[in-house]
Amino acid sequence: MKKEMKLEFDALPENESFARVTVAAFLTSLNPTLEEVEDVKTAVSEAVTNCIIHGYGFGYEPVMNRNESEKKEGEENKIPKIYITCSVENDTAAIEIRDKGIGIENIKQAMEPLFTTKPELERSGMGFAFMEAFMDELFVESSPGNGTLVRMEKKCGHSFRKAEEE
Amino acid sequence: MSSFLLQKKSKRGGKKVEEKVLEEKFQIVDNYLVVKVPEELDHHQAAYVRQYADKYLLDGNIEHIVFDFEHTKFMDSSGIGMIVGRYKKVSCFGGKILIANAGERIRKILLLSGLSDMIEWIE
Repeated sequence: MKKEMKLEFDALPENESFARVTVAAFLTSLNPTLEEVEDVKTAVSEAVTNCIIHGYGFGYEPVMNRNESEKKEGEENKIPKIYITCSVENDTAAIEIRDKGIGIENIKQAMEPLFTTKPELERSGMGFAFMEAFMDELFVESSPGNGTLVRMEKKCGHSFRKAEEE
Repeated sequence: MSSFLLQKKSKRGGKKVEEKVLEEKFQIVDNYLVVKVPEELDHHQAAYVRQYADKYLLDGNIEHIVFDFEHTKFMDSSGIGMIVGRYKKVSCFGGKILIANAGERIRKILLLSGLSDMIEWIE
């Protein structure tokens, strides 16, 4: 049976931890190994960070430096959102992370290890490389102005299931 | 939760708390800056470490940086970017980056990023 969950949250750096922990918690029904959980958390963190920094172009500035008085009225409501859909079926977890940001012009180039458009923010350019390394499948759909969709799949809980069968 | 979050609270509570937290997280031993890396080193937390590490680099007579991963359970590519950035700063003057107490996961991520030439491991 396919099980699904949806998540919509503000594209703020402080929500990165919330996003990866929530996705990891949802996957517990697959009985994943600790390593698989960590792999998924890293991949989700990369994708969400990409949405925030690249998709929506949020700066690097820590929250504590934001000046409350400089906030314009109603600005709170303007924070863009990140959308995550997560499903589990049999032994596969599928995670879709979507933003409505600026999109990517050259996806192939963006996915190259060490390529980054924001070296001034000390981005390592390893985001997509990590997603590829830690997940089984990675699809990226994007065009300028139309946001970005990252779809990742991973088979989880193999070792548990094998041990049970034997 | 990571005590780095305490800094946010301390902003309201006065400066002393913040200084105390900083003293716990950043220590200067001879010409080494020892950074106790937060529990989760993601984009959000990496920004704090970067900001304060650079402040100490400017202030003090620091040559090398030790990142102590003893309490760190999570790191992503933002942490890599932060470490590479500090490496660029200290290596200009012959400084080194040392990684202490890294668990299997942290090790894997550092090696996957090709950082092995930039860092030295200490147990």
